[in-house]
Amino acid sequence: MRRIVVNAELSPAANTGNAPGGVGHSIAHESAHKHVRGTAEYVDDLPLLPGTLFVATGQSAKPHARIRAIDLSAVKSASGVIDVIVQSDIPGKVDVGPVYLGDPLLAGDLVEFIGQAIFAVAATSFEAAQRAAVLAKIEYEELPAQLTIEDSLTAQSFVLPQHQLLLGDPDASIETAPHQLSGEIFVRGQEHFYLEGQISEARLTEDGGIHVISSTQHPTEIQKLVAEVLAIPLHLVVAEVRRMGGGFGGKETQAAPLACIAALFAQRNRRPVRYRMPRRDDMIQTGKRHDFLNRWRVGFNREGKLLGVDLQLAGKCGYSPDLSEGIVDRAMFHADNAYFLNSARILGLRCKTHTVSNTAFRGFGGPKGMMAVETFLEDIARQLGMDPLDVRKANLYQPGADETPYGQKIEQHVLPILIERLEKSSDYRARRIAITEFNNTHRHLKKGIALTPVKFGISFTAKHLNQAGALLQIYTDGSLLINHGGTEMGQGLYTKIQQIVASAFGVSVNRVMVSSTRTDKVPNTSPTAASSGTDLNGMAAKDACDQIKADLVSFACEHFNLAPAQIIFKNDLVILGENQLDFPAFIKLAYINRVALSATGHYRTPKIHYDRATAKGQPFLYFANGAAVSEVTLDCLTGEYKVDQVDILHDVGKSLNPAIDIGQIEGGFIQGMGWLTTEELLWDEQGRVISNSPANYKIPTAFDVPEIFNIELFDEPNLENTIHLSKAVGEPPLMLAISVWAALRDACSSTTNYQFSPRLDTPATPERIYWALQDCVAFNKTAAVKPGTTEEDFNVTT
Amino acid sequence: MRFVVNNVPVELVDVAADMTLLRYLRSQQNLMGTKEGCASGDCGACTVLVGRQGADAMVYEAVNACICPLGSLQDCHIVTVEGLTPAPGVMHPVQAAMVECHGSQCGFCTPGFVMSLAGLQLAAGNELAKADEDTQRAAVIDAISGNLCRCTGYRPIIAAGLFVLKEASLKEASLKKTTLKKPAQTARFVQNWVPNAPLAGTGGAPADTHNRNLSDGASGYWQPHTEIELQQLLVEYPHARLVAGGTDLMLEVTQQYKNLPQLIDLNRIESLSEILIGSDEIVLGAAANYSALEKTLAELAPEFVALLKRLGSRQIRNRGTLGGNICNASPIADAPPYLLVMDAELELVNSKGGSRRELLAHFYRNYKQTSLAADEYLARIRIARARLAQPLKLFKITKRYEDDISAVMGAFCWSGATTNEFKIAFGGMAAIPKRASVTEQFLTGSNWCVSGDVDEGILAQACELLRSEFSPLSDVRASAAYRMAMACNLLKKACYEFAAEAFGKVTEARLFHHA
Repeated sequence: MRRIVVNAELSPAANTGNAPGGVGHSIAHESAHKHVRGTAEYVDDLPLLPGTLFVATGQSAKPHARIRAIDLSAVKSASGVIDVIVQSDIPGKVDVGPVYLGDPLLAGDLVEFIGQAIFAVAATSFEAAQRAAVLAKIEYEELPAQLTIEDSLTAQSFVLPQHQLLLGDPDASIETAPHQLSGEIFVRGQEHFYLEGQISEARLTEDGGIHVISSTQHPTEIQKLVAEVLAIPLHLVVAEVRRMGGGFGGKETQAAPLACIAALFAQRNRRPVRYRMPRRDDMIQTGKRHDFLNRWRVGFNREGKLLGVDLQLAGKCGYSPDLSEGIVDRAMFHADNAYFLNSARILGLRCKTHTVSNTAFRGFGGPKGMMAVETFLEDIARQLGMDPLDVRKANLYQPGADETPYGQKIEQHVLPILIERLEKSSDYRARRIAITEFNNTHRHLKKGIALTPVKFGISFTAKHLNQAGALLQIYTDGSLLINHGGTEMGQGLYTKIQQIVASAFGVSVNRVMVSSTRTDKVPNTSPTAASSGTDLNGMAAKDACDQIKADLVSFACEHFNLAPAQIIFKNDLVILGENQLDFPAFIKLAYINRVALSATGHYRTPKIHYDRATAKGQPFLYFANGAAVSEVTLDCLTGEYKVDQVDILHDVGKSLNPAIDIGQIEGGFIQGMGWLTTEELLWDEQGRVISNSPANYKIPTAFDVPEIFNIELFDEPNLENTIHLSKAVGEPPLMLAISVWAALRDACSSTTNYQFSPRLDTPATPERIYWALQDCVAFNKTAAVKPGTTEEDFNVTT
Repeated sequence: MRFVVNNVPVELVDVAADMTLLRYLRSQQNLMGTKEGCASGDCGACTVLVGRQGADAMVYEAVNACICPLGSLQDCHIVTVEGLTPAPGVMHPVQAAMVECHGSQCGFCTPGFVMSLAGLQLAAGNELAKADEDTQRAAVIDAISGNLCRCTGYRPIIAAGLFVLKEASLKEASLKKTTLKKPAQTARFVQNWVPNAPLAGTGGAPADTHNRNLSDGASGYWQPHTEIELQQLLVEYPHARLVAGGTDLMLEVTQQYKNLPQLIDLNRIESLSEILIGSDEIVLGAAANYSALEKTLAELAPEFVALLKRLGSRQIRNRGTLGGNICNASPIADAPPYLLVMDAELELVNSKGGSRRELLAHFYRNYKQTSLAADEYLARIRIARARLAQPLKLFKITKRYEDDISAVMGAFCWSGATTNEFKIAFGGMAAIPKRASVTEQFLTGSNWCVSGDVDEGILAQACELLRSEFSPLSDVRASAAYRMAMACNLLKKACYEFAAEAFGKVTEARLFHHA
């Protein structure tokens, strides 16, 4: 807070077109002025069309059951109810599973989680629909329910087959290693808690088609599923999204059922339909980040270097596959985080449970994979009496030790330099000494510190998604309109696209308008996910710019009799040899001379491939990197704690917009901190979500932000040819928050004089910290305790 | 009923008693800047300012529109994000600062933050403008304690808040620290924004005292001005619900979609919101809101005022009342453990005007059950000044520091080394907020503290007694075992601090400044 270092803020980046606000400038979010005035429109803010119906769904009260009988008469006769539908009322496809089948839009005679939609009600008001939806009489025949990862492992019940990565001979390496250890950690999931809940509005068109306005990260999938559910061709469906009030992965697949049900009612009743989930329904009925149970066996040498790793990652997928194939894959691809494992077996399991189907969430499995390696590297450090930072550094990928368990070689070794810089700038070593001094002089308060890195692979692991399209139109007044396949959820994608287009023509950003994402403008789009929004859509937009620019240049060459090099677009002008025209005048001239002023751009990511059969390939074009140092203080009597200071150095390549990138880093970090500290997803023994409202599920507030919060960009260009040599930034910073968890564990470990690292499952709530401290007490009782670290160091009731 | 929205007078004749301000603004005023994020007063996306005529000027407070009954706003000036500025082209300093500091990402929570910070700016005097950065930061964080943002990580929003506070004594040099922009670019913030003119057209409130927001006979929202009117209403509408802040009651409407056809609002009865500081006792009106208590009791009950900051967000504290906290009879309410160790006495009045006094300790009968009769209301809470002066420790254990419901709330009062009388009470440890009578008795008769040194053996015995007195539950907030361990450790914590302070020794610093 005291020192915000923003490298590029005050000096325009070198690669801009020099007009105000182009690439490299920290311009404000394109909607910032509307945000602060309350004029930015979200779906629920659209003026209501006459006759609009509102939707609620009747929810399963059992986690796993056959439906014996269902009586909807009270629902149908309730005040305001216009229409009620069950599965058999769906004219087209019933299943809205995004990749694999398994997600019926409305349950048939089988329910598989508490909250699953069994029927849907359309009524004249939101409240009428909600009141009616609870009036059904449903008879269930209960079936045995699997509610936990352990249940699923016992039953060997999975939503998809397992997958395994293999590097070298891990069994032999572990066996012959000088040291071995084994362990496990349970990493709990996370509720997205986007501030705008799920919502869709469907409007019937004159051709019997549907215009869906949705808060979704994946408009093309909305279009496809609505068409399939209604049994109409895709060209009759338009999906549109101007902005979301937050997405974080939660609106990649989870927005579709709302759109489909709204469309169904719109078709049946020939009325507009708005389906908004109130917060409680959203927290019960939509998927979350997966819980993971990670187990390992590792071998290492006296220097703390890993020799072999045998790792099992079991993700709690819920009742259906949804995106769990890719999510568990990504957990496996990030089980190494930034470290060379030497030899490894990484087994990914997709556990079936009778709970809501878990889904994408910023990091997409990556964070859960990383937690394993970060845990056992610390355990190794404690066993060897080393600082965990030194063990982490010793294991970093470097030339010669650069092969990942999936066969991709690490080419750009950013982290060794980055960590060295951060270690110095954060004064890690001196603070480590000061912390030891503090801990020796305080009875109940203990401090901890940790530096953890992040290496995050950029590209969709599903290869075909690594493409994007854009549509650029220039009008005769010199104003530009760009449309692309990406969606705006607050991450600043529209702003960056605006900057990219402005820079391409050397015009100021306010000449460029980015319009809402629509499937009838740019078709067959990929979800805005995997941090890829700018990488893909930025390149597609630039391709469209380059095409029009090429036509404009060849027109100008002919018209003014100039060579291409004499034509320069900059400062809102077009330099034409000795002469110049302002941009609108030049465009007008081009139009008069019949130059095409619109173009579609396309981009597909090069180089990437992955072969599931051999579990080898290059799934990522490049890696985004970063590291964070966190310092915490905890109270041993209660387990309460606070984060005192955080220092971050993060690699975004050449930043397209430092202010937006820093916003992503800060926001991702705090969201990650919430995941690992206060946000606790809980189910009761019947399988009911009991963390179902913001009153009992606690995301961070302003108070939780560390008072000293230093963020710096690692200002080096991407070696890969990405848009203006930038790097993706959406997801990677979330995992920087692992440093907070590691610092808490470090503080716990201090009570054993760093001889023992207690198990610390996440989220590390005050209660979990307290019990970890009790494990430290137990350790001190049994181990040979060094002087000064007796139980009396912190007084504990056992 | 009459009120003003963004400087435009509004007159409504037929308002449903349970109509919320948020629903009204969005569905009838088309003011879409005010958002619904949770409809439970937890996220702040619906924050608006409500202005009331104060002693000499309008007083504006931030409230959650989602759980605020519209009927309670007779004669108020409601300011939404659309009404912060006189014209769409002009930005309020908070809005400008939010843009400059990159304080919005998805933008959905933004209007709520803008309104909370605008409320802070209105309330902040010169003193805060000149205060050091730590004080200012604390004020900003307090102002936005009820606003959740999932995108930004808050840092730029805090920066925007600091920027606006500093603006009153604008010194370019000091701006560098808190904004991302060069000082020269900030010049346009230097404009003195004054709230819109107060309540044009509503001067001279009508003289009728109830049935103001009249609907049909069976439903209505009544705002009596005197206790006698209240008592008449209780006779006339025996099934009506009483509402003070509505921060809990209104959840029945927004979360369970219930109808509350008859509501009697206690906010306009002066004798129920008065806070009287007598020489022997303080008398707290049951309908006094927490923000009022904070202001009045800052000197007299600093520990309690510090606790209030964690009891709920600023928006909740602007509406919620002590009477509501007591009568709701939640086992995890924050104020009752404090009031229990204060031996607070309740003044309960019935519809015939008869009143009785009862110790809070006797008021709670069982889970969510009190001795309150059907036609009774809680009028006042009395605390002896002598008790207020005694050493007191309050601790609240939660997952999240701000605006979270207690896993355990512990209150400890000690009469000092000479008399050595203990009062101990817990929330979250039983079906009701409960005194630890056995443990109290044991410690009162013990030699637990000798010249400032704590006898760990005696404390261990006291903890054993606590374990026999309480058997807490496991739930979404904590396990039974953790709750039990916390009850014991909070007792120890209190004892360490009591002992050290009584004998002038240094106490170990707390992790947090308060509670």
